[in-house]
Amino acid sequence: MGALARTMPSTTDAPAGAHTARRPRSRVRPRWTPYFFIAPFFVLFGVFFGLPTLRSLQLSFYTERGVDTSATFSGLDNYTTLVGDPTFYKGLVNTSYYALGSILIILPLALSLALLLRTRGLLLREFFRLSFFLPNAISGIVVAIVFRLVFDQEYGLLNNWLLAPLGLPKIAWLADPTFIMPSIILLGIWQFTGLNALYFMVGLQNQDPGIHEAAIVDGAGPWQRFRYITLPLLRPTTVFVVTFAIIGSYQLFAQPVALVGEGGGPDRAGLTLTMYLYETAFTNLDLGYGAAIGYAITLIIVVLSVLQMWAQGFFRKEST
Amino acid sequence: MSEGSTPHATLAIRLRRLAVYVTLLAAVALTLLPYVYLVTGTVKSPGEIFRLPVRLFPSAITTEHYSKLFASELIPFARQVGNSVVIATLTTLLVLAVSASVGWGFAKYEFPLRNTLFVVLLATLTLPLQVALVPLFQMMVSLNWLDTFQGVVLPSGASAFGAFFIRQAMLAVPDDMVQAARIDGASEFRIFLTMGVPLAKGALSVLAVLTFLGSWNDFLWPSIVLRSAERQTYPVGLANLVGFYNTEYGTILAGSFLVTVPIIIVFVAGRKHILDNLMIGSVKS
Repeated sequence: MGALARTMPSTTDAPAGAHTARRPRSRVRPRWTPYFFIAPFFVLFGVFFGLPTLRSLQLSFYTERGVDTSATFSGLDNYTTLVGDPTFYKGLVNTSYYALGSILIILPLALSLALLLRTRGLLLREFFRLSFFLPNAISGIVVAIVFRLVFDQEYGLLNNWLLAPLGLPKIAWLADPTFIMPSIILLGIWQFTGLNALYFMVGLQNQDPGIHEAAIVDGAGPWQRFRYITLPLLRPTTVFVVTFAIIGSYQLFAQPVALVGEGGGPDRAGLTLTMYLYETAFTNLDLGYGAAIGYAITLIIVVLSVLQMWAQGFFRKEST
Repeated sequence: MSEGSTPHATLAIRLRRLAVYVTLLAAVALTLLPYVYLVTGTVKSPGEIFRLPVRLFPSAITTEHYSKLFASELIPFARQVGNSVVIATLTTLLVLAVSASVGWGFAKYEFPLRNTLFVVLLATLTLPLQVALVPLFQMMVSLNWLDTFQGVVLPSGASAFGAFFIRQAMLAVPDDMVQAARIDGASEFRIFLTMGVPLAKGALSVLAVLTFLGSWNDFLWPSIVLRSAERQTYPVGLANLVGFYNTEYGTILAGSFLVTVPIIIVFVAGRKHILDNLMIGSVKS
């Protein structure tokens, strides 16, 4: 479409002198102008995301092992392998465990923090906000490096400072397959609760205090006001927070890699879907199968995001 | 607190405020504790972090880990931080230029397929990089871009979030002003530079911080593209050390601490402006 429009100015073949005269240039702006502005984005986007995304779909129906090898069409083979692949299944269970566990714990914690931070006349509010935001701004690798010390069985903070005083035995957080995912979830809670609390704060800020005051006049107690006013009005924020939590959770990669190693640790108990994609495509160079895993991750993210939006009545609200 | 409240009620209010502060301070302590442990760990003598009883503060202070870090015994750390600076800066500049341009295009022009293109752009916000990862890697191989900075920077140039975020800000430019400038003979590009960009300055600065931070901390794609230690960014370098050098953990901690310092400086210096706009910007999108 751009090429067609681009011929437009040249049709006004004005004599050379006309250009030097200061005339109000094109009160009707050239048709190609908007494309000039959006072109850089769409060129980069198309070359480095759009085309690879389509190519990835195609590749997922091929078998290609190695960088300079040729691909052979194998139909749905990659996907049928995927369905019966115990390692993929393990990655799926682990990642879903993380997503569900972290979201279910982070959301109520974050909302509670946000409500506390909204306390009228709170001193040190900026200090609190900054402190809670900080973990999210730190590289996942750095966070994992620190948390290896938190979870260390012999010398870790968790065992020595929390479990030992309670008379509990030391747990092999990063060596015992049962505790690897809980460790990663704890790390996730530490890193992302504050950020979500700040999101909820913005959502709470946008609520009209008049409604709350009216409810107080009508004799509604704090819990009733929270249940029937605050929560429903907060729904757009909740939809946003949950959607981003789902997207983030199913892409989890850096933290478990640095915490338990690329393979996912003992019994691969910390293997996430993206770690399996990485191993398949970039360590084993099984490119076709890697593309299929990439599509599986994407499908899961899209379906879960849409499902939760639907469950929260997001689409119903938009149509009215 | 109001004048009519009984002493009993004020006591209840005071107790509640106390509870709020205690809870918040406890949450802050839990949040900062691992970080403080990281900082003190960088000056503990080698092996002290792996000794009982576990102590927050060092028995003696040493700078040995920092000298080891910059002696590049394990990884060329200074070089890798430099790589991170270059890559994050280039990525930020590219994203700002591309987003400002596309944001202006969508905000101030009518053109065929505009809405369709915009919806496509928004829909891609939910798509993860994973969907394009393998062919993108193949592309890097065939372009000979493995182990190059452009291999990391250029694929990050088109930010759907950035496009949307800047478009929202540029919608605020009054159409009358744009029309008046046109009648005065200003070129479309000039109108963009003199009206669109200044008006979106706040949004652009927030996008700059976000993009720089994202690029500074990015791990997945850089770990695929950057192969040699000399070209790697710091997260890739640190990730390669973890698990292999338990004896040098103090040095790894020193590196981990240093790369978070610029982040903390930026947020402490511009806390209110950045946090407010960042939160509002992200929630609205």
